Amino acid sequence: MKVAVIQFPGSNCDTDCQAAVDSFPGIQSEIVWHKETSLAGYDAVVLPGGFSYGDYLRCGSIARFSPIMAAVRAAADSGVLVLGICNGFQILCEAGLLPGTLLRNNGLLFRCERLHLRVESNNSPFTSVLHQGQVLDIPIAHGEGNYFADAETLKALHANSQILVRYCDASGNVSSEANPNGSLENIAGICSHGRNVFGLMPHPERVCDPLLGGTDGRGIFQSMLEAVAKAKVK
Amino acid sequence: MKAVVTVMPKPAILDPAGVATGHAMEHLGLKGVRSVRIGKSIEIEVDNADEKQLHEICHDLLSNPVVEDYTLEILS
Repeated sequence: MKVAVIQFPGSNCDTDCQAAVDSFPGIQSEIVWHKETSLAGYDAVVLPGGFSYGDYLRCGSIARFSPIMAAVRAAADSGVLVLGICNGFQILCEAGLLPGTLLRNNGLLFRCERLHLRVESNNSPFTSVLHQGQVLDIPIAHGEGNYFADAETLKALHANSQILVRYCDASGNVSSEANPNGSLENIAGICSHGRNVFGLMPHPERVCDPLLGGTDGRGIFQSMLEAVAKAKVK
Repeated sequence: MKAVVTVMPKPAILDPAGVATGHAMEHLGLKGVRSVRIGKSIEIEVDNADEKQLHEICHDLLSNPVVEDYTLEILS
């Protein structure tokens, strides 16, 4: 099984994502430079965190037009799993592969800390090994993570259970105190209508090894890789 | 051709940077600050562009229509 980790100029979580993916048996990840135009032969795609193009103009707005993005869009349209983390989430929103956008944190601060996420739905290829209501301890590191969508989009997100994770406290309560950035309804991550594209601001790849102080990020990668394995058997 | 594109957050969108800057203005003695909104001004010089193409660039790249409005002004 081969997983592509897209590297944009300014990506800085690419090798962390590789390490997380490669820690599962039978998986081989490869860095794919943004100037490439094909993702043929890859079973899943990860858009890692960082500051692509220095976050110039708006986060993700220039990366969205990188040559590889046409291939990412084609892969997403054909059902390939696409995971966008932090800046990867911002790029997916700018590209229109996920609805809404990410605004400046309401407190204006860059927030880099451990916090908690509640799994809102395990009906997705990215959360299937988790259970609904499960609380994950996963760090964030962003200045623009304030999720926003208009009322109509939000309604559709609810109707299709596309909100997969929300910010919560250690006991799983979703409250304004637990919201680090002003995100609408504490939204931390959403999937596409087709459920094969998932973007989230927190960094699961940073908690995939006990040496790094936690393993709560593994469930997301495990879900994703199991879904790919199942699809391959079919 | 010379053009100026102004990109502003939509009225319904909270602009925390604008709010913080407004507080600083009050701190400097400016009274009755009702609203401060921060946007971007983008100056473009380009050969052989038509207005329709520039509008597409404004819509697709220079602004995010989910949260921002733009105006395009052709100067010459």
